[in-house]
Amino acid sequence: MAKQVLASGSVIGGFQVVEKLHSGGMAHLWKVRSEATGETLLMKVPVVHEGEDPAAIVGFEMEQMIMPRLKGPHVPRFVANGDFAEQPFIAMELIEGTSLLPMLEKLPLPVAEVAEIGRKIAMALDSLHRQRVVHLDVKPSNIMFRPTGEAVLIDYGLSRHLDLPDLMAEEFKLPYGTAPYMAPEQVMGQRHDFRSDFFALGCLMYFFATGERPFGDPQKLKGLQRRIWEDPKPPRQLKPDILLWFQEIVLRCLEVNAARRYQTAAQLLFDLANPGQVALTKRAHKEKRDGFFANMRRKSEGLDSLIDHPHEATKGLAEAPIVAVAIDIATMTPELSATVRQTVMRIIERSSESRVACLNILKLNRLALDSSVDEEGNNKHVARIVQLKDWARTLEVPQSRVSFHVLEATDPAEAILDYARSNTVDHIVMGARDNSTMRKLLGSVSGKVAAEAPCTVTVVRERKDQDSASS
Amino acid sequence: MLLALLSDIHANLPAFEACLAAAASQGAERLVLLGDFVGYGPDPEAVVQRVIPLVEAGAIAIKGNHDAAALRQDTGMNPTAAQAMAWTREHLSPTARQFLSALPMEVSDGSHLFVHSDGSDPSAWHYVTDVQSAGASLDATRAHVTFCGHVHVPALYCKMGAGKITAHRPTTGVAIPLSSQRQWLAVCGSVGQPRDHNPAASFSIYDTATRALTFHRAAYDAERVAQRIRDADLPESLAARLILGK
Repeated sequence: MAKQVLASGSVIGGFQVVEKLHSGGMAHLWKVRSEATGETLLMKVPVVHEGEDPAAIVGFEMEQMIMPRLKGPHVPRFVANGDFAEQPFIAMELIEGTSLLPMLEKLPLPVAEVAEIGRKIAMALDSLHRQRVVHLDVKPSNIMFRPTGEAVLIDYGLSRHLDLPDLMAEEFKLPYGTAPYMAPEQVMGQRHDFRSDFFALGCLMYFFATGERPFGDPQKLKGLQRRIWEDPKPPRQLKPDILLWFQEIVLRCLEVNAARRYQTAAQLLFDLANPGQVALTKRAHKEKRDGFFANMRRKSEGLDSLIDHPHEATKGLAEAPIVAVAIDIATMTPELSATVRQTVMRIIERSSESRVACLNILKLNRLALDSSVDEEGNNKHVARIVQLKDWARTLEVPQSRVSFHVLEATDPAEAILDYARSNTVDHIVMGARDNSTMRKLLGSVSGKVAAEAPCTVTVVRERKDQDSASS
Repeated sequence: MLLALLSDIHANLPAFEACLAAAASQGAERLVLLGDFVGYGPDPEAVVQRVIPLVEAGAIAIKGNHDAAALRQDTGMNPTAAQAMAWTREHLSPTARQFLSALPMEVSDGSHLFVHSDGSDPSAWHYVTDVQSAGASLDATRAHVTFCGHVHVPALYCKMGAGKITAHRPTTGVAIPLSSQRQWLAVCGSVGQPRDHNPAASFSIYDTATRALTFHRAAYDAERVAQRIRDADLPESLAARLILGK
């Protein structure tokens, strides 16, 4: 391998080196300028020394394989790879600003702020997981934010792309990850479970809200393994003003068995975005750690039997859809209402982890500021929620998986689309407006939603004219 | 250059044509045929007659164990394969036999090794089915990528220095960059008799410039070929496995 010395002013693979931004143990980061486009970029150059930790090199190889395949606002845009035969590097978009690392000095943060950070990271994980990549190193220093607000996940040196060979898997016996954030199954050497990233995000949210790491910062394998049988202090024990829903979300992320965590990033995002709708379990009310005997009992079961061993990491994505159903109570006929309910049940019948979000649009006057209280003084929101709940009553789904949302909007289609985008909805179900003057006058809401939605849309219509069709 | 790698055609002309067409539409510039042109299937002569002009036009063709068995009487095959081989011998012209007998056991250009079975001892017809057998092959060559067939199930193995071997089950249509840092062994699957529970014909495309390897599938009318196997009074199991891909 010919080693070139990088310095300001030198040119590597068509990129002019401007200045060094950061020196790390595994890689150096340089600011460079593309000779072809003039664009300012980031160049990551691995530290290559004889006798160095080979994981640094393998991690860099993995990153060179994975980064060109990634798309979207939640990853740095890939520009070019430099070959090992000359000078290995990855040139990518330079994201301005800092990671979440400096925030560590300001901990603990208010729960609302932590939930918002968590929501943005969950959104980024949803995008990454849909591209079949498990990050496996979610931690403050690997998260940046765009000026537009999106979280960006950086550093794919420990990541796993489910369609590419996993060079890390066979090469090293020790688990690779960052000790405070590593999921139990990752400690045991599993590298293909999306839900490992939810554990890490749970650790991050716990840390940010309480100021303490849930499992400390163990330096040895034995210490790392403790998290498999020893539970952390409930966040509310450390900071009593933490709300129940937040503890519920964080402790669900930190479940040792991944089958008891959120099954998809979208489900986690949904709870973070809708705190009022989080189904509280005994996790929310937990006041202290499990006793000595519970821990010993778990330890005696054997570490490997406490963690989940999924055969197919991607199963969760398909089996845990978020279905949003838009209910227009005022104009739907009872028949259409029943048909919509049937359609929703058909969509979710095979998935035990699905969620149903019932939406109702409270249409606002375009010109005047509407009051949310009607003439008789009743709260319109509450009235609509009551009606939505009544509609969902006969939906054969546990109530913990159904939520209700009244959206205020002047443009109903836009409100539904916004909701679907910000909650990573998988499937929108809505009734078609009757073939009436209403549709002619107002245009079709379902038509616009179907055309612009980021996901599947089912427009439900009552079967008509059966007699004439069959005669 | 884009190489199209096709292996284990096994006298299945429709599967072969489907792969050739799919490879052409991918922009393949050079064909590499990794052996076992005959055996099992109903069209040994037609497949060889299709291959001869391709080789004259620059395609690389390697000898497989079935091609070798078609040229002599005594072989150590299982009863089904032996029965099909006896039938195959009766349905090959002298031209076809001559072509098969002249095929090389392996071809190498330094960085790529093309061989039917494995790189450690091509004429022993070893099967590369796990990291141990892949390691034996990778230890025996300095080639950056070894391409082989023989196993009928697509797979990819890699080795770094004296390190361990990594096994990967490829996903159809996903380009895998083969890092220059390590050695690779690609088992290209089978055109004419896939055994990975997917009846569609297997082939691969390798881009020598970007070192990206992509495993592909091409669907063809397996029912029709199965019927021709039955019509030829070849063993029923050979017809059934084409439909199931196993």
